Amino acid sequence: MNPWNKLMCYCRRRSPWLFHMNSGSCNGCDIELVASLTPRYDAEQLGVRLEGSPRHADILCITGPVTHNAVNAIKTVYDQVCGPKAVVAIGSCPATTNVFIDSRTLEGPLNRHIPVDVFVPGCPPRPDAIVLGIAKAAEILANRAAKKLPVEPVCIPGTECAAECAAGCAAKAAASEVQP
Amino acid sequence: MSYKIPMGPYHPALEEPYKLDLICEGETVCDAKLHIGFNFRGIEHLAETRNYIQVIALMERVCGICSNIHTLTLCQAMEGLTGLTPPPRAQYIRVVVAELERLHSHVLWAGIAAKLMGFKTMFMTCFELREKVMDILQAISGNRVNYSMNRIGGVNRDIDDPQAILKMVEALEREMARTVIPIFTTSRTARSRCAGIGVLTLEKAVSCGVVGPTARASGLPQDLRRAAPYAAYAEMEFDVPVQQDGDVRARLLVRALEIMESCKILRQALAKLPPGELHSGDDKFAFATGTATSRVEAPRGEVMYSVSWKENSRNPSRVHVRTPTFANMPAIRWMVIGARLADTPLIQASIDPCYSCTDR
Repeated sequence: MNPWNKLMCYCRRRSPWLFHMNSGSCNGCDIELVASLTPRYDAEQLGVRLEGSPRHADILCITGPVTHNAVNAIKTVYDQVCGPKAVVAIGSCPATTNVFIDSRTLEGPLNRHIPVDVFVPGCPPRPDAIVLGIAKAAEILANRAAKKLPVEPVCIPGTECAAECAAGCAAKAAASEVQP
Repeated sequence: MSYKIPMGPYHPALEEPYKLDLICEGETVCDAKLHIGFNFRGIEHLAETRNYIQVIALMERVCGICSNIHTLTLCQAMEGLTGLTPPPRAQYIRVVVAELERLHSHVLWAGIAAKLMGFKTMFMTCFELREKVMDILQAISGNRVNYSMNRIGGVNRDIDDPQAILKMVEALEREMARTVIPIFTTSRTARSRCAGIGVLTLEKAVSCGVVGPTARASGLPQDLRRAAPYAAYAEMEFDVPVQQDGDVRARLLVRALEIMESCKILRQALAKLPPGELHSGDDKFAFATGTATSRVEAPRGEVMYSVSWKENSRNPSRVHVRTPTFANMPAIRWMVIGARLADTPLIQASIDPCYSCTDR
């Protein structure tokens, strides 16, 4: 790898920018994502910044169980993020559609539509888990830029899903099931 | 010549997906159209397929900010159908959790309003304070967002040590009175940014049927906690702050004063917490055929649930929800007409919209 690319990899790992997208979430995860960026949890110490445009972002944070009206927007926004990019699915909704399972207006889970790199399950996940998820995504981003493949989906087990993790994590099972 | 500016559904100024079409002439907004429905998860239909225990967990996820209010209203409606009455301790715990939720919701709104004003330091201060409210909620329920405190005929968890919680609330009240309240009530920055914009006159407020702080900021003294007390609100002493101006600053003031009133209610409820059972203890109850409604004052205004049941059924036959944003939404149009384009994000945020509640 030439020194320029090496520098870019380093920068990507040290300062990933986020774009947050709500695909029909109940606001719980969105508020926890904002909380994880504010003084108590301070994800900004990882060099993270919430960006207004997907074209400036490296990491796409998606919350919500993917409603019918949001599917096309998600695909468009995913295409607008410049590569290399990573996707973090925040909450149980994008992983499994959570309590809204069986709803006719949902097109989830998220990995039916775009590839997901990190699952942060929980309803909602705690801000510390979200920060860890973003840190993992930054690592994946750097590896992807350095073309260290393959990159497997990661799951950040929270306190809420400890029971599921013991029996094989639900989110990971969902991730291995379907890939676009 | 007028032109249309479409904002959203995914836009940096919007917290949630919805679409705002602004028809502008120069920098002045002539008209606005609001499109919602991006959060539609079909919860009302799903509720008909869930039994009486599952439906509480489902309705808690209508909204992540006012999750407790939704279960409280639903449980009150279901209690109306089953004839159960929650014991006094449960009523008080419901008040404590509802007021803590109002606190965190108002502080959250204050943070977002500060961010939209361009006052980012205040945004961070508000969120830091909000974490202290979340600490109290976590100490009581173990959760930060979906507290799952309510059940039919009572609450799930006790407040083990009311004195410790009371101390936390008092520390929080001091902190609020020291930082957030003076900035929002007396600071020149907040005043010059908010005064006189997004005016909703009393007449328009009545004709739009607005509720909650939006109505109180336009001079309508309506508050269900006072007008139709539920849980233990009849035993609490508090004022209902009302402002006459109807602009964004009035809405800011109403919410800032409500933060202090919430602290007052919390102190009373924790000091007077009566001993006794947490729930009616009745595991066997039957739902009567019919429809029961329940109304509760959520942080954003009045929430109404109408629950229909058929006898011997495990599932409700219909759960209808009317959320405060649904009532407040039409008022946005009257607020933004004549406003400057740069003020519209702040004006539409001033009703504290929650489209995930409204779409469901």
